[in-house]
Amino acid sequence: MERIKIATVWLGGCAGCHMSFLDLDEFLVDIADKIQVVYSPIADVKEYPEGVDVCLIEGAVCNEDNLELIHKIRARTKVLVSFGDCAVTANVPAMRNQFGLGNTESVLQRAYIENAQYNPVIPKADGIVPKLLDRVLPVHETVQVEYYMPGCPPPAERIKALLGQVLAGQTPKLEGTQLKFG
Amino acid sequence: MAAKTLTIDGKQITAEEGETILQAATEAGIKIPTLCHLEGVYDIGACRLCLVEVTGTPKLLPACTLKVAEGMEVSTDTERLRKYRRMTLELLFAERNHVCAVCVANGHCELQTLAYSQGMEHVRYEYTFPKWNVDNTHRLFGMDHNRCILCTRCVRVCWHIEGAGTKNVSGRGGKSKIITDLNQEWGDSESCTECGKCVMSCPTGALFQKGSTVGESERDRNKLEFIVNAREKKQWNA
Repeated sequence: MERIKIATVWLGGCAGCHMSFLDLDEFLVDIADKIQVVYSPIADVKEYPEGVDVCLIEGAVCNEDNLELIHKIRARTKVLVSFGDCAVTANVPAMRNQFGLGNTESVLQRAYIENAQYNPVIPKADGIVPKLLDRVLPVHETVQVEYYMPGCPPPAERIKALLGQVLAGQTPKLEGTQLKFG
Repeated sequence: MAAKTLTIDGKQITAEEGETILQAATEAGIKIPTLCHLEGVYDIGACRLCLVEVTGTPKLLPACTLKVAEGMEVSTDTERLRKYRRMTLELLFAERNHVCAVCVANGHCELQTLAYSQGMEHVRYEYTFPKWNVDNTHRLFGMDHNRCILCTRCVRVCWHIEGAGTKNVSGRGGKSKIITDLNQEWGDSESCTECGKCVMSCPTGALFQKGSTVGESERDRNKLEFIVNAREKKQWNA
């Protein structure tokens, strides 16, 4: 049987969802011969490959790099899963949206100038430091998403339930407390 | 008092005249989701979570304010109702900033619980990200308007249980706001009796006891001091 090609990606989030993914412990060993991790922050792959079956997306769409990558992922992946609250709701990264459009300047000012102890400077390097979007977006506001896995982070059991359903060829469906935000 | 016979979800039940559909359903063991309803305070049908279908009526009606009537046929869990309940919940989440992950009520929130029990796995509407403030001027309690769903439970307990009339509603629609007295800081209120009923009644993290928010959590360093003392001075003073 051909292994299912799985990717995981880390956009604007804290990596907590990926920590939870690693929390799958021995389940990762159990499924190791059924899946192939083709792209992930925990795998050294530079370019998002073609023909990916399932991609778990952690994080909100915060900057131009995130936006470019998410469109590439959509074009090259069959099934997208919004993985965790930042992907599903934009969560904490989107709290800057409350300051209205044009908040990027004031947010950077606060982070890199007002709160800086040493060398206060706003990082600017075209092509290296991606520009922040005016508004932080949940993934489904940028591309079509097939399934949602809320949680901050989603506990390993929740990831296991969804991956288990995918590997069994079922339509993933989380219910009840498995859908709890936060 | 006259008894009324009606059916709820196909189940024949008897209820007393003057009872609401919500009361009759609860007595019959039929659970209808609610949010603005609070046992012991009068109902206002604000949140629309308890909407039910009544045969012969095209409109959906809130079970908490709808009185029982002879021969009434009520459905509480149809495809149409589930669709509207989920829509209502999504609109509540989109209207203000409900960031569960950093909310004082995470894990104890009626909005959060309803969302997952109604299968809300994401919000289809664009989040509005409004700018609201937090009133932390009261010495015991805080009010975070970001988490408010305008259920007015706090207003009702304040007026009709405590009798203080401190909490009120100002504005219209999505811009409505729970205010203290004549829209002043809570800490300056002369009518507030500090009874805390509003905080107890709040279904979300909008009203909270001070000291319970993430930013306020203070470290208890006493244990560290004990260990350092024990290690350096060989004194095991508890």
